[in-house]
Amino acid sequence: MVSLNQLIAVCLIYVAGLFLVAFLAERAALRGRGGWLLRSPLVYTLSLSIYCTAWTFYGAVGYAARSGLEYVTIYLGPSLVMIGWWWVLRRLVRIGRAQRVTSVADLISARFGKSNLLAVMITIMAVVGVTPYIALQLQSVTLSVSIFATPETGSGTAPQISDNAAFWVAAGLAVFTVLFGTRNLNANERHHGIVIAVAVEAVVKLLALMAVGAFVVWGISGGVSETVARIDASPIGTWQTSASRWTALIVVSAAAFVCLPRMFQVMVVENDDERHLQIASWAFPLYLLAISLFVVPIAVVGLELMPAGANPDLFVLTVPLSQGQSGLAMLAFLGGFSSATSMVIVATLALSTMMSNHIVMPLWLKLNPPAAQQSGDVRDVVIRARRLSILLIITLGYFYYRASGGSGALAAIGLISFGGVAQFLPALLGGIFWRGATRMGAVAGLSVGFVIWMYTMLLPSFGPGAALSAAVFEEGLFGWGMLRPQALFGITGLDPTVHAIWWSLSINAILFFVVSIFSFPTPLERLQGAQFVNVFDHSSGPARGWIASEGGAEDLMIMSQRILGAEEAQAFFNAQAAQQGRRNAPPVPTPEFVQALERELAASVGAATANAMIGQIIGGQAISVEDLMAVADESAQILEYSSRLEAKSRELTETAQELGFANEKLMQLSFQKDDFLSQISHELRTPMTSIRSFSEILRDIDVLSTAEKTRYATIIHSETIRLTRLLDDLLDLSVLENGQVSLNARQVQLHDVIERAVTTAQASSAHVLDIRRDLRTEDVMLITDADRLAQVFINLVTNAIKYCDADTPRLDIAVRREDSEVIIAFTDNGSGIPAEAQNLVFEKFARLNAAQGSGAGLGLAICREIVARLGGDIRYLSEGRGGRFEVRLSFTSSREENQRLLPV
Amino acid sequence: MAKHVVLVEDETNIAEAIRFLLGRDGWRVETLANGGNAAEVIRAARPDLVMLDVMLPGKTGFEILAELRGDATLADLPILMLTARGQSRDREMAERAGVSRFMTKPFSNEEMLSAVRELTEGRVI
Repeated sequence: MVSLNQLIAVCLIYVAGLFLVAFLAERAALRGRGGWLLRSPLVYTLSLSIYCTAWTFYGAVGYAARSGLEYVTIYLGPSLVMIGWWWVLRRLVRIGRAQRVTSVADLISARFGKSNLLAVMITIMAVVGVTPYIALQLQSVTLSVSIFATPETGSGTAPQISDNAAFWVAAGLAVFTVLFGTRNLNANERHHGIVIAVAVEAVVKLLALMAVGAFVVWGISGGVSETVARIDASPIGTWQTSASRWTALIVVSAAAFVCLPRMFQVMVVENDDERHLQIASWAFPLYLLAISLFVVPIAVVGLELMPAGANPDLFVLTVPLSQGQSGLAMLAFLGGFSSATSMVIVATLALSTMMSNHIVMPLWLKLNPPAAQQSGDVRDVVIRARRLSILLIITLGYFYYRASGGSGALAAIGLISFGGVAQFLPALLGGIFWRGATRMGAVAGLSVGFVIWMYTMLLPSFGPGAALSAAVFEEGLFGWGMLRPQALFGITGLDPTVHAIWWSLSINAILFFVVSIFSFPTPLERLQGAQFVNVFDHSSGPARGWIASEGGAEDLMIMSQRILGAEEAQAFFNAQAAQQGRRNAPPVPTPEFVQALERELAASVGAATANAMIGQIIGGQAISVEDLMAVADESAQILEYSSRLEAKSRELTETAQELGFANEKLMQLSFQKDDFLSQISHELRTPMTSIRSFSEILRDIDVLSTAEKTRYATIIHSETIRLTRLLDDLLDLSVLENGQVSLNARQVQLHDVIERAVTTAQASSAHVLDIRRDLRTEDVMLITDADRLAQVFINLVTNAIKYCDADTPRLDIAVRREDSEVIIAFTDNGSGIPAEAQNLVFEKFARLNAAQGSGAGLGLAICREIVARLGGDIRYLSEGRGGRFEVRLSFTSSREENQRLLPV
Repeated sequence: MAKHVVLVEDETNIAEAIRFLLGRDGWRVETLANGGNAAEVIRAARPDLVMLDVMLPGKTGFEILAELRGDATLADLPILMLTARGQSRDREMAERAGVSRFMTKPFSNEEMLSAVRELTEGRVI
């Protein structure tokens, strides 16, 4: 017979052994040895057996004894996931590695824009959800201890011992976990030692169960066929299977397999190599098969051998004991102990990581200014937070165990936990497969699903009158029948488990989906969503970076040392510096470097916290160019389209404007041309009218006198001359305007030019004009084109002759000098030009008083062009009575000017 | 009584040709070289026909036309417009203003004379 002391001694030796294994593995990993073992797919597969806890070890047999084959669903769920959904797991693992995810809360929070709210929610839910599970481990260990303490009864009900035992078991597990999980001050996410220890425990529990199973089959039943016969004869064969319960249980166990923090820890966080998953996908179901193989035989034999009322959850222990096989019972006890300890260690580690990363650290960051983060030892804070979290979680489990009375069937407690963590599934799967999923959707689905789970599953588990009053059970919350915890919305008749899982998961999923559709993701959410959903597209990862890089490498170094430890931080910085090609100098905080550092830190404190810490030092928002590019990429088409449209519209506007200008110009030109043609037409038609008319008279009328004939012929002649002059003027003006005129500049005496002009003008006119000149002032030598200048003067004199309306027309021609100019003024005593017409006087066809002239109105326009070509200007000045034209010419004796005008 | 025409034309040569041609047809031709007082002269003279140039000193032919057509007592007065501006919109403008006949210079003598006859046929005894 095994005494309690012996039992405790064996346990301590076993634990010490595990410590040794873990320690050796850790040391080997540190020295880079034993890689073949540490990174073996076998170890990975065995570590997954963390799924099989004391519930599996003890509870499955109890489950089979109570409900027949239904216990298989608990194995079918994970097996289906591993075989059928291994690509989902592969995605999870890839994302977990790419984003340096530390927990399921970290993953979901990172996916939805590094939301701390989500992380806190999931952490709290996980703690609440897993608490019954930890209680279950306490209960099973306590029960198993009590068996050895009171072996005679075999019933496992020894309250006074079990109460004490439960406390000591809890305390022991807490110490064990703290020592195991936080012994190493390196708060990194990988725990090689623990993984190895878990693998060893997986072997121990499998061997123990198989040994008991073999004993039952061959030692008691006498062979396989006899066992089968016993099974057929037992009540287990007659249990009815309920399709709805089976479906619900398979779904919830599959969901729990993915979502349970401890499963996530070993499957994703501790994963070394994605290929291990491929092997585990068939190896782990095999393990599950092996561990479940003897469940039914043990249950059947136990039901036969053990007295009625014996706890079927303890058949694994009590059957060997009843047969006097205390050694085998001891092995079975160790197997159960293994199952419980490995689960508690990994689960509390995973939960404590979540608590410290998502609750304690953000709070601490908020309460401490950035300076304190660099001076204080962040690593200490992290480790302390984790240790406290471990104690808190195990304490919670202990209290749950006490509150639930320690009497519930193991399987029922396990299912409550499964239901709780299964609530993560919609957000988790939606997050990694659907870019449209938003944080709002995740928060809505998770919170409502979790509340329903609490109300329909967790709280009722304490029994009527404990957490929920009996009245609530009978009449619903607030007396509202729709809200009866086990018959929501008035739907009765469902199995409570199916009911709770169905309502919580379906409403969770629907809310997640609907709210996601009707809410908009933040930019960071979009980016993270793109990175998660498209993890296989860019898992090698173009560098994401920080926009602002004001933070010095030193500040980053100090902070990193606090978190990673001095050596590791040093090593990381050196490696980064080497990568940047810098020796004996800190690395430049390039976006790539800061990004790498963020990931490194995220591995220790979680993505949201690392992001916040670096953000405080760098002082920028963690949206990188690549992030922005990704956003742009998502809406690239829209952006491109809109920018194309914009460019097009800008182009069109410009073109329209240009066209408008061009059109206006053309219109102006067109008007000018029409006007000009109209004028020319008029000027040509007028003399032609006379010519035609008189030539017809000469042709048609025979009775004309000689005098008449001569007169009419003379008119025709003069009108043809007028026409010719008009054409000459037009051509002259055209040439002058085009600048094609060639000047014949030479030295001339101004007096000679004026003399010539006056003579010519007077000779061609019948009218008399009194012209007055001061000959002395005219003695000026100019270098100019004498013919052109004379043309201007002739025009001015002729105009005076034609248009001066004084009774005794007079014209003063005065020459004066001003600085380097000579000014020739032509002043008549007529009425001058009306003020409103003065600025038109030099325009083409600006004939003001057609009555007295036969000119086409081109004369002054020509004059203006000529004077401009000669380098001077002509203007009309109104001086009271009389018209006054002034011609200003540059009178320069300077050589340059002479050179310019004189032909070489 | 000789038929009376008022000719408003600033081109002396053209005016002489018209005067010669209409004189042979028995017209008494009164020539105005300035548009300024043409309307008053015409209103006072009550001629059988008015011949109007367009480009005139003083007032344009269109202004004179508008003045004449604005006088109800001269509603039957035939007005023949002669212009060297060859644009169709001048013709349209003149026709809207109530011109009796619009001719573009240069014209043939025969054309001008028959227009005058057509405009005054039956009106002059």
